[in-house]
Amino acid sequence: MAKEKIEAPKLTGKIETPRIQPGASLACQHHKANEQFLTGLGYPSSLVENWQEKAIAKMGELLNKYKSLKLYLDICVRCGACADKCQFYLGTGDPKNTPVGRQELFRKVYRRYFTPAGKLLGNLAGAEDFTEEVLKEWYVYFHHCSQCRRCCVACPYGIDTAEISMAAREIMHSIGLGTKYVDEIILKVFNFGNNLGMQPKAIKNSLDFCEDEMKEAYEEKGIMDIDVKIPMDVEGAEVLLVVPSADFFASPHIESLLGYAKVFYQAGISWTLSSYASEAGNFGMFIGSYDGMQKVASRIGQAVRDLKVKRLVIGECGHAYRIAYSFWNTLIGPFDTLDKRYPIPQHICEFTYDLIKRGALRLDKEANDEFVVTYHDSCNIARATRMGDMPGGQFEIPRSIIKACCNKFVDMPQETIRENTFCCGGGAGLLTDEMMDIRIKGAMPRMQALKQVIDSHGVNFFALICAICKAQFTKIFPAYGLSMDMVGGVHQLVSRAIVLGAKE
Amino acid sequence: MAFEFNGKTYEADEDGYLLNLEDWSEDVANYIASTEEVEMTPAHWEVVNFLREYYEEYKIAPMIKILIKAMKNKFGPEKGNNAYLYELYPSGPAKQACKIAGLPKPTGCV
Ligand code: SF4
Ligand code: SF4
Ligand code: SF4
Repeated sequence: MAKEKIEAPKLTGKIETPRIQPGASLACQHHKANEQFLTGLGYPSSLVENWQEKAIAKMGELLNKYKSLKLYLDICVRCGACADKCQFYLGTGDPKNTPVGRQELFRKVYRRYFTPAGKLLGNLAGAEDFTEEVLKEWYVYFHHCSQCRRCCVACPYGIDTAEISMAAREIMHSIGLGTKYVDEIILKVFNFGNNLGMQPKAIKNSLDFCEDEMKEAYEEKGIMDIDVKIPMDVEGAEVLLVVPSADFFASPHIESLLGYAKVFYQAGISWTLSSYASEAGNFGMFIGSYDGMQKVASRIGQAVRDLKVKRLVIGECGHAYRIAYSFWNTLIGPFDTLDKRYPIPQHICEFTYDLIKRGALRLDKEANDEFVVTYHDSCNIARATRMGDMPGGQFEIPRSIIKACCNKFVDMPQETIRENTFCCGGGAGLLTDEMMDIRIKGAMPRMQALKQVIDSHGVNFFALICAICKAQFTKIFPAYGLSMDMVGGVHQLVSRAIVLGAKE
Repeated sequence: MAFEFNGKTYEADEDGYLLNLEDWSEDVANYIASTEEVEMTPAHWEVVNFLREYYEEYKIAPMIKILIKAMKNKFGPEKGNNAYLYELYPSGPAKQACKIAGLPKPTGCV
């Protein structure tokens, strides 16, 4: 069972448009969700017999419900402006991984059953029956989309392929077809409150370990009076911090958790994690499931009430903040009990940045002098949220934090950052071993951009604010011949630079 | 995806992780290790045994830093580090060692 090695593209520093290779990534498929996971989420236990009829009915329902979906399907002029914008096309050359190619898979079925021309003329009008073949392609290519919205920014009409892929996944689930990776994880949140399925005792043990580590590290430096805590389930704390559960488990995620804890310590603001709401992430969005998303998010609303906190802060997680920013108010709001003077919810970067601006933190940049840092904008944060009260705050605030903690920072090329950022290649359910081929190839554009600043500036630290990005890059860096130790969190840099103790 | 070993059928998931904890034995571990091209040495066993003990208590594998610390305490700093763990388990200590230890694959944003 030893896996054959996947050949990563060569690092040249150039992002080249590939030769078109139809079907190039057709073989890269997710394991399917089994009966246990599907029924656990309330879906049919396997592909239903009359799936075609059911799928078309579901499509009709979604077209009525989401007016934007119908609009996106109708207005595309096939100008091709989006084609070379998707990292999965750039990495594989598969035309069905161009955004418009991906949309066409949906659109041809839509035309066939929902437009007069398609009903009448079929193929001539670009329509196609929803056959088993088509369903197979749906399963592959709608799961090769990380819902990053890079194509949407390039499209003159703002057509959002991410929304189309969410709808496709919703339709597939309604007929009993889902991916194991995502569905298993959503079920774990239903049962345990977090993606990893960690029970409170396990989380507590991780936190105790981290506290000890911090204490030891300070003691080694001869600092004996600093005892940073990572509190959990403390009723009446000022702030509830909700982080991705990877922050309790994985490296380098955990290093950012230490960073958050030190910021709270130094700011003197009481805070707590919740063992009940122990996950910021919400994979419900990946499968277009409003109910799933709501059920996952409801734990956070509950924890806000139970712990009687005044503020709600989110840790380093890309899609979590997208959901928090755009949907929490509808899903679990209104947050009547929270303090209106602060953003609801607030990103941990906003929180830390405010303290820096007010001069409340002392940061020793020299502590990070061994690093030349660059920053990857998480696509979810870049294109679906905002931070602070200025336009572009979601780009500026993380960079300002890094610059306050490090002497050496350099950005990757403009066309690859900020609103033009590439996805890491692991978003929206791709972060699983069987998808390694497309993960490695989809990361190609980001890796080439990074290669440029490695060559020009000697970059050796790749800073992130997304749990999936961190996991994805630590796994795929070695395939590109880079060390996984380069990958880290923004609050990891804060953790190293922050000077704790009484101010002089 | 089940596999056969010594005349017995073992239930496993698509990636070859045992589905039933109680199916595990040192022999099966050796067998899974061989399919991963890992040759089990005392240091390999140390990791596997630690993972199993930890799992029994916490129902999940330990985070890598906890594992590293345990190795450090046992074998000293030259073996208590990430690089050494990757030497033992080249496909990643978390996933590969869990597989050999008969534990489920940790999945999430990791
Ligand atoms: S949303 Fe992102 S991943 Fe999906 S088609 Fe558009 S560019 Fe590609
Ligand atoms: S850029 Fe927009 S209009 Fe042009 S092909 Fe792509 S989705 Fe269609
Ligand atoms: S993992 Fe990061 S870069 Fe990838 S889709 Fe999510 S936020 Fe975007």
